[in-house]
Amino acid sequence: MRDAARLALVVAAKDIRAELRSRTALLSATVFAALVLVIFNFARDPTALSATDLAPSALWVTFAFAAMVAMNRAFTVERENGAFDGLLLAPIPRGALFAGKLLANLAFVGAVEAVALPLFVLFFNVDLSRVLGGIVGTAVLATIGFVAVGTVFGAMAVRTRFAELLLPVLLLPFMVPPLVGAVQVTSRLLADRPLSEMLGWLRILAAYDLVFVTLATLVFAFVVDE
Amino acid sequence: MTAVGSPPSLDRARAVIRRGTALSLVALLGIAGVYVVALAFTPIEAHQGLAQKIFYIHVPAAWSALLAFSLVGIASVLYLWLEDPRLDLFAASSAEVGVAFSAVMLTTGPIWAKPIWGTWWTWDARLTLTLFLFFLFVGYLSLRTAVHDRHERARFSAVVGIMGMLLVPFVHLSVYLFRTLHPQPIVLKPSAPSLPWEMLRTLLLSVLMFTLLYLGLLTMRYGLGLAAEAREQRDA
Repeated sequence: MRDAARLALVVAAKDIRAELRSRTALLSATVFAALVLVIFNFARDPTALSATDLAPSALWVTFAFAAMVAMNRAFTVERENGAFDGLLLAPIPRGALFAGKLLANLAFVGAVEAVALPLFVLFFNVDLSRVLGGIVGTAVLATIGFVAVGTVFGAMAVRTRFAELLLPVLLLPFMVPPLVGAVQVTSRLLADRPLSEMLGWLRILAAYDLVFVTLATLVFAFVVDE
Repeated sequence: MTAVGSPPSLDRARAVIRRGTALSLVALLGIAGVYVVALAFTPIEAHQGLAQKIFYIHVPAAWSALLAFSLVGIASVLYLWLEDPRLDLFAASSAEVGVAFSAVMLTTGPIWAKPIWGTWWTWDARLTLTLFLFFLFVGYLSLRTAVHDRHERARFSAVVGIMGMLLVPFVHLSVYLFRTLHPQPIVLKPSAPSLPWEMLRTLLLSVLMFTLLYLGLLTMRYGLGLAAEAREQRDA
């Protein structure tokens, strides 16, 4: 078990190191997130809809799209020079390999979200100082589940003809429960509602994480093994 | 037993397709019959008038779609366990037929909703869930067309099938909290069905015919898959 955890960290560290050296995907995903936020502001009629009303959905749609762009990276980089075959030949249990890829993906999506959140505060002029902990917690809870699903689908999509298109088509339906839950919790947080009103949604988010992280770990071997 | 070198299953494929076609034709005739019963021998609903008649297509189509999708999920689990290619072909056929039935469900629904609810579409729990199911299986089918290797395709689609099956309760739960406008269950519910016998009889007859149609189309599609495989083997 400790061995598997160590191997997972090795895989994750490899991905993060490779990304930090080129920074291509991270930079483009961050710029992409900023652009989505800007477009959201222009797509809104300021006389009809206040920024605060749109804020939770804008935040989460931005997170979802940016996550998709970031997750496409995880396996497309492995495509070159048969890198993924090398990774599969390495004596790493499939569960640890999946955990490593998941951790790296979470780090990327988390990094993009961490940049997008201050931009969101800036563009939408919302005061997050009182609820920052809650927003970050919700983001963590919602992100883990769909990134786990995205990691499995990413490994699949990369072996098909239209990887960049197929991942969103497959993944978006799976983003519905975390997204709906996160938007609901965020809007309640921004409106200073009591915790009891969010508990149901938080439970759904936690259950989603539990079910899909477990399932993704179990099915990952079927996706990568010949 | 066929001779060496000849395609082993093309004849069998033809027989399966023939059986599927026959079954589908019987079911289509049955559905035409259901509509004679529905229009001539079933009372007109007091509040909704004739618009309610679409219920005898909409509900059975929804039933067939959900039946088809559930069987995709079950076949996917079994495939990863037994690795029998027939299970994969079954899942693929069932998904295609299911998408067709959900298209019927998603078009007849708004036609009814416009006069009765005053709107073509609403983000009600059940509508949203079935719409996402439809998208999920359209994605499933596009994945199938995008993977070339047969074994890889089977494994990938089984994984999506299983994940999709577990997604359903979550989508249902999260959209359910948005309050629902959809008519509540009238047949499959804890108390007795709240439907006059004449309407229930027509509905059950229609469900039976739509199930037959599902089986017919499924068999046909399965046979086509067998034929494609036989052709591939012969050309290889």
